[in-house]
Amino acid sequence: MEAFLQQVLTGLSTGGIYASVALAVVMIYKATHHVNFAQGEMAMFSTYIAWQLMAWGLPYWGAFFLTIAISFVGGVVIERTIIRPFERQDAVLAVVTVFIGILLVLNSLAGWIWEYTIKVFPSPFPAGAVFGGLVSGHQLGLLGVTLAMLLLVYVFFRYTPLGLAMRAAAENPESSRLVGIRVSRMLALGWGLAGAIGAVAGMMVAPIVFLEPNMMLSILIYGFAGALLGGIDNPWGAVTGGFAVGVLENLMGAYVVGTDLKLTVALAVIVGVLLIKPSGLFGRTVVKRV
Amino acid sequence: MRTSISRSMFAGSIAAVLGLALAVGGAFAAKYDPGASDKEIKIGHTNPYSGPASAYGSIGKAIAAYWQMVNDKGGINGRKITFITLDDGYSPPKTVEQVRKLVEQEQVLLVFQPLGTPSNTAIQKYMNVKKVPQLFVATGATKWGDYKKFPWTMGWQPSYQSEAKAYAAYLLKHHPNAKVGILYQNDDYGKDYLHGFREGLGDKASRMIVKELSYEVTDPTVDSQIVELKASGADVFFNVATPKFAAQAIRKAHEIGWRPLQLLNNVSANINNVLKPAGLDAAKGVITTAYLKDVADPQWHDDADFKEWKAWMEKYNPGVSLNDGNYVYGYAVAYTMHQVLKQAGDELTRENIMRQAANLKNLEVPMLLPGVRVNTSPTDYRPIESVRLARFDGEKYVLFGDVIGE
Amino acid sequence: MNTLLKSEAVAAGLPARAAPRERRWPLIGLAALLAAACLLPFFISNYRTFQFTLVLVNAIALLGINILTGYNGQISLGHGAFYALGAYTTAILIDQLGVPYWLTVPIAGAVCLVAGFLFGLPALRLHGLYLALATLALGVATPQLLKYKGIEEYTGGVQGIVILKPEAPFGLPLNPDQRLYFFSLTIMVLLFALARNLLRGRVGRAIVAIRDHPIAADAMGINSAMYKSLTFGVSAMYTGIAGALAAIAVQFVAPDSFAIGLSFAFLFGSVIGGIYSISGALYGALFLQFVPHLSEGISKAAPQAIFGVFLILFMFVMPAGIAGFVRLVSARAALRRRAGAQPAKGG
Repeated sequence: MEAFLQQVLTGLSTGGIYASVALAVVMIYKATHHVNFAQGEMAMFSTYIAWQLMAWGLPYWGAFFLTIAISFVGGVVIERTIIRPFERQDAVLAVVTVFIGILLVLNSLAGWIWEYTIKVFPSPFPAGAVFGGLVSGHQLGLLGVTLAMLLLVYVFFRYTPLGLAMRAAAENPESSRLVGIRVSRMLALGWGLAGAIGAVAGMMVAPIVFLEPNMMLSILIYGFAGALLGGIDNPWGAVTGGFAVGVLENLMGAYVVGTDLKLTVALAVIVGVLLIKPSGLFGRTVVKRV
Repeated sequence: MRTSISRSMFAGSIAAVLGLALAVGGAFAAKYDPGASDKEIKIGHTNPYSGPASAYGSIGKAIAAYWQMVNDKGGINGRKITFITLDDGYSPPKTVEQVRKLVEQEQVLLVFQPLGTPSNTAIQKYMNVKKVPQLFVATGATKWGDYKKFPWTMGWQPSYQSEAKAYAAYLLKHHPNAKVGILYQNDDYGKDYLHGFREGLGDKASRMIVKELSYEVTDPTVDSQIVELKASGADVFFNVATPKFAAQAIRKAHEIGWRPLQLLNNVSANINNVLKPAGLDAAKGVITTAYLKDVADPQWHDDADFKEWKAWMEKYNPGVSLNDGNYVYGYAVAYTMHQVLKQAGDELTRENIMRQAANLKNLEVPMLLPGVRVNTSPTDYRPIESVRLARFDGEKYVLFGDVIGE
Repeated sequence: MNTLLKSEAVAAGLPARAAPRERRWPLIGLAALLAAACLLPFFISNYRTFQFTLVLVNAIALLGINILTGYNGQISLGHGAFYALGAYTTAILIDQLGVPYWLTVPIAGAVCLVAGFLFGLPALRLHGLYLALATLALGVATPQLLKYKGIEEYTGGVQGIVILKPEAPFGLPLNPDQRLYFFSLTIMVLLFALARNLLRGRVGRAIVAIRDHPIAADAMGINSAMYKSLTFGVSAMYTGIAGALAAIAVQFVAPDSFAIGLSFAFLFGSVIGGIYSISGALYGALFLQFVPHLSEGISKAAPQAIFGVFLILFMFVMPAGIAGFVRLVSARAALRRRAGAQPAKGG
C-alpha cells in the first residue's frame, strides 16, 4: 500500500511536468487553432536564455521575468516573420511542416551554442523534501505555479475583452474581422503569450529533468497526450489530463506490464479512452452545421 | 609475430594478399591502397551531428581537432591527414549510406570510430567484404573483438560486459550477501551490462539481483523506477544509465532517503557532467570503473598528460568548456590511431593498417589511467581490457584495488 | 481539418483535368522518364545507384502518405510503424525461414495491408488532432514494441537482424546494387500505376468526396467507414512495402532505425513533395535523400538547423509542395501558349 501511494505521488509530480506543458499547448490552440510542435523547443530555448542570463550574473527572479519578456517578443517575432505568410492560406500541413522546421532549428542551435552536456537549472523553491522525500519542494512549487497559470489563462480567456477577442479570432476569423477584431494581430499576440507560458513551463521543468537541448522532446508528446485526453479546448481538462498521464504511466510500469512496455500501454489506454470519448474527457463536443 | 596470425585470419585476407602480390609485381606504388599517397592519408568517420544522439557529436569535433594538431606539426611521416567526418543521425540505414560514400566515393583508406552499436553492426559485413578497416569503433559491445569472423573490425574501449563483470567480482568478494537493484537503458548498451553482470555473478545472480528495471531514452525522468527499486529492499544500486538519467537517479535516491552502495557505469562516471549535477553529497561513495582520467579530478591537474590535453583544448577547441568528457575520449582514441599510422610507415595498405592495429604492445596513451595500456595482437582485437575501480570521495575519485584485466 | 485540406487541394489544382489532346504529352514525358531511370545505373557509381534505390523506396513510402493524408484527409504521424512492420516481416522471413527476398515483399505488403486496415477501423472515430495523437502514439511506441522481450527470439531484440545479400536472379549481368535498383524500380512503377488507377477512378472520387464532404458522401451511399479503413490499409501497405525494400537494400533492421523522427520525415517529405499528387511522392523522396547531404555540406556544426531552414524555405516558396508548384508553372505556361495561339488561329 505504501509503495502504491509512493507511485501515485511520483506520478503526480511527473504529471505536473506534463500538465504545465499541456497548458501551454492548450493556450496556443485556443489562441491560434494550431498545435505547435515547436512549442517544446521554444520552451527549451527560453530556458537556456534564462540560464545564460543567470550565468551573466542576474539574480533568479530578474532572469525569470526578463526571460518571460524575451520569450513573449520571440513568439511574436516568429509569428510575424515565419507563420504569417501562411495565415490566409489555410494550409494546415504546410504549417505543420514549418513547425517541424522551427523545432529542428531551435534544437540544433541550442546544442551548438550551449553544448549538449546537461546543465543544472536552479529552483526558486526551498530544497527540502516533503511526504517522506517523495515530493521535493520544487515539485510542490511547480504544482503551485501550474495552478496559478491555469487560473490566469482561465480568467484571461473567459473574462477579459482581449482574451475573448483572441478566442473569437482563432475560432472564426471571418466573423471576427466583421466585428472589428484585428485577427492577424490577435494571432501574433497568441504566439507571444504561448511563448511566455512555455518559458515558465521550461524554467519549472528544467530543475527536475536537467537542462539539455532534448529535454522537451518527449515531454511535449506526453503533454500533447494529456491535453487531448482532457480536451484540447479546456485548460482545466488539459491540466487534469497531464496529471492523469503521469499517474497512469507510473502505475502501468509498476503494477501492470513492467517498465519496458509502460509507455506503449499508457498510450494505448489514452487512445482507448479517446475512442469512447472522442473529444477528450472534458472537451466540448463540436456540433457542426451542415 | 607473423607466424602467430591465426589460420582464419590468414584465410580471410588471402584475397588481399594476392592482390598485394600482384601489385608488387607491377610497380612500387604497391605501398598504397586507395586513400593514401605520398602527400596524404584519407580517414573516414561517421558520427551523429543531428538527431537525438547529437551529444556525441563532440567526439567527432575532438577527433577533427586532433588531426588538425597533427597536421600543424607536419603530419605523419610527411603525409597530411584528410579527415572526412559525416553525419549519420544515429540511424543505421544512414550510416550504411554514409560509409559507402566514404569508401566508394571519397575513397578513404580506412573508416575510424563510427559510433553506436546498431550503426556498426549495420556496416560490419560491408566493411569485411570490402576489406576496409573499421577501426576502433565507438561502442563498448562485446562483439567487436571477433577477429575470426570479422578480421577487419576492431573495438577500442573496454567492453560493457567486462566492466560489468568487474563490479560483479567486487560484490562477490566484499558483499556476497548484497541485494542488488538495477536500472538500465532499454537498448543494446543496457542489456550488455545486464548480461555481463549476471554472468559475473554466476549461479548467485538470481539470488542477489532483486529487481531489474529499464527506462527508455524518451522517458522524462526515472523517478518512478528509483522509488520502485527502493521499495524492493535492495542495498546495492547498479546504475546503468547515460549521463542525464544517471544524474537524475543518484539525486532521486538521495532525495527519498535511499542509501544503497552505488555502482555507476563508466559511461556516466564524469564528475562535472553527472556527479555535480546530481549533487556531490548524493554522489559520495559511488563506485565506478575507470580507464580515462577525469579532467574535473584535482589529482590530475599537475599531470603532464592533462596539461598537454588542456593546451590542445585551448588552442584547437577554443570556447569549448572542459566539462565534456567526449573531448578526452576523442583525444585518446585519435592518439591510438595516430600510433597505428606511424607504425604503418610507408606501407599504407589496408592490410598493413590492420596488421599494425593488431600489433600494439603496451602502448601508453595519454589520458588513460596509470597502469591501463593498449595491447593488441592478431588474436586479440580488444585494445583496452583493463580498468580500475574507483570510489568517489565527494571531491575526486580514489583508485583502489589492482588493475583489473590484463 | 477536412475543410482546410479541401481548400489546399483546390489551390493545388487537384480536380483539374487536361483536355484529351494535351494528354499525350505527359505520357511521352513519362515514357522518357522511365527510359532515363532504366539507363541511370549504367552511368553512375554503385554508391549513387544505392542512393537512388533509396529514393525509389522512399517514394513508395511517401505515396502511402499521399493516398491517406492527401487524398483521404486522414493525418498520420506514425507511418514509421508500418515501415518497421514491413521491414521486420521481410527480415524475419529471410533470416528465420530462408524465404527468397523477392517473395518477402508481397508478403510484407499483405501483412501491412491487414495491420493498417485493423488500425484504421477504430481510428474512424478519431478526427484531426485526435487521429494525429493516435498515430503519433503508434509511432512513438514502435521502437519499444520491437525491443519487447516476448518476441526477441524473432526480432533479435535490441540487436536487430542482419540480412544476407540477395542472390542474383536469372543470372543477369548486373551487380548487386543495380539488381536492387531495378527490383525496386519495377515495384515502384507497379505501385504508382496502381495508385493512379485507383485514384483516377470511382474509388478515388469516393475517397476524395469523403475528405471534402463527409456527410454528402454518406448521403450519396458511399460506405465511408469501409473506404476510410481500406484507405488506411492500402496506405500502410505502400509504406510497408517500402520498409521491406529498405531492409533488403540496407541488409539490417534494428529498433533504432525506426524512431519517431522517421514518421515525421515521412509526413514533411510528403508535404514538401506535394501531398495532393502522385508525382509529389517522387519529389519528396528526392528531397529526403539529398537535402540532408546539402545541409551537411553547408555546416558541420549544426546540420540539423540548416535542414530546418530548408524545410521552412521550401514551404515559403511552394506551400502546395513541389508538385503543386510544377503544376502551377505548367498551367501558366499552357495558358500563355493558348493566349499566344488564339490570334494566330483567328488570322
